[in-house]
Amino acid sequence: MMVERGGFRIKLLRLWLPLGAFMIFTLFPFYWMAVTSLKPNSELYNRKIMPLIVYHPTMKHYVDLLTETNFLVWTWNTFLVAVVSTVISLVFGTMLAYPLARMKFSGSALISFGVAATYLVPQPLLFIPLADIITSLGLGDTLTAVMLTYPTLLIPFCAWLLMGYFRSVPSELEDAARIDGATRLQTMFKVFLPLCTPGFISAGIFAFTLAQNEFLYALIFLTQTDVRTVPVGAIAELVKGDVFYWGQLMAAALLGSVPVAIIYSFFVEHYVAGLTAGAVKQ
Amino acid sequence: MIIPPVAFLLALVGYPFIYGIWLSLENRPVARPGTFVGLANFVADFHDPVFWQVAQNTFVYTFFATVLKMVGGLGLALVMNQDFKYKNSVRALVLLPFIVPTVLSTIAWMWLLDPAFSPINWFLRNFNIANPGPSWLGNSYLAMLSLIIVNVWRGLPFYGITLLAGLQTISPELYEAATIDGASTWDRFIYVTLPLLKPVIFIVTMFSIIFTFADFQLVYVLTRGGPANATHLFATYAFDVAMGGGQLGMGASIALAMLPPLALIIIAMSLYMKPTKS
Repeated sequence: MMVERGGFRIKLLRLWLPLGAFMIFTLFPFYWMAVTSLKPNSELYNRKIMPLIVYHPTMKHYVDLLTETNFLVWTWNTFLVAVVSTVISLVFGTMLAYPLARMKFSGSALISFGVAATYLVPQPLLFIPLADIITSLGLGDTLTAVMLTYPTLLIPFCAWLLMGYFRSVPSELEDAARIDGATRLQTMFKVFLPLCTPGFISAGIFAFTLAQNEFLYALIFLTQTDVRTVPVGAIAELVKGDVFYWGQLMAAALLGSVPVAIIYSFFVEHYVAGLTAGAVKQ
Repeated sequence: MIIPPVAFLLALVGYPFIYGIWLSLENRPVARPGTFVGLANFVADFHDPVFWQVAQNTFVYTFFATVLKMVGGLGLALVMNQDFKYKNSVRALVLLPFIVPTVLSTIAWMWLLDPAFSPINWFLRNFNIANPGPSWLGNSYLAMLSLIIVNVWRGLPFYGITLLAGLQTISPELYEAATIDGASTWDRFIYVTLPLLKPVIFIVTMFSIIFTFADFQLVYVLTRGGPANATHLFATYAFDVAMGGGQLGMGASIALAMLPPLALIIIAMSLYMKPTKS
């Protein structure tokens, strides 16, 4: 559906109007988040005034959030957990993907089927038994609990993406290294893996955003304020019974989203490559 | 080399899965030893009207959200598959709902749908359309509608961007050939675009069905299953029974009830996704 040489009218109708509508739908909630977080309570809870603009912006909710809650602790926890589980997932993902992509051995078909199936098992199927297992291991209310369980969500995805990437790298370079006397491991670390850096960035950035997004396991395993992540902390501690601290909630939502959005903005291309890798066969 | 990750996944996915089946066959209050009760939990589910309401909710939610995401996503992909300035920036912005932690964006939606302070209701009141305006999350139909809209908002970018990637693999020569043969824009869409896009649409849809069917976060944050269970899905209901009610066995049986419909989809898809030798 290419736009033929046509006037501005056609372009407006086919491109800018629908695109504009999509963009408004997409971005409006973020605008709402930002506006709300800057409103003083007198405007926030005033049904009369036009709600889409701020008349007297204030940083009060941000200050309160940072000084009266454990938001900074939650942010650090979220970051730490996301980094650790991403690293674990990349290492284990590589250990799965390399043999599956480069070696022939019995059972490889079974393992790759298992990886695909694991990728598709949704969390709600596992959270009840996992909660029991984590408790009996004495890992309740520790970050270790989520650092161990997040990789179960991320490894299958990383392995899948890396396997596709590994297959796309021609094996001639490795063959040459082997002929020159390098061992299999030397070849892997010195020749092969460096070639796959873009694949690692794609898998890593995707795993990182998924880990930042996780809610169910964190909600169940982390019930003490000092081990909580941002999503759980916001829901559990900025809502007291029926009282919602809307200003602080929005400030938390915005501040919690910004780091992910910034990291993502540096790696959009890699992210999109990761996102589409499963669905679009190159 | 392959053994550590396989062992890790077996221990933390395989074992909990089996253990979950075992739990579902037990009467197992939290923090106390369980007693084996056979299929009693499943029988209880079968006679529980809430369970059937939950099943119905889940199917309604999954069906409408998936259809809307598919149609909207295809529209978004077609619109974005044109040449225009700042295309990459637009694509980056469009993906934001998918990147930002769902719970955090859902908080914004919750305030957007607040009965007293919703800006939608402000406009309705100000233009004298409705006063005080609908209670978006308080009415069972509107609550389900709201959940579907928020789910579509979050999932649309995934469809749009993936289908866009699919569109970009279609060779322009095919369109030229079709045009020379006298095909109209509509013909080209029906006879060239759709058939070639079908595999991508299929996979994206399967993904989306699985994760919509098993959705938890949106409902937990927005409605907690209310009003009167009208928006409970399998995942949130299992959570309530297991974590809220402390009945791990019952909860596990509700969660497992997701398996038969999902298993069909997962098996079909795993077979489809088996790595093709390239």
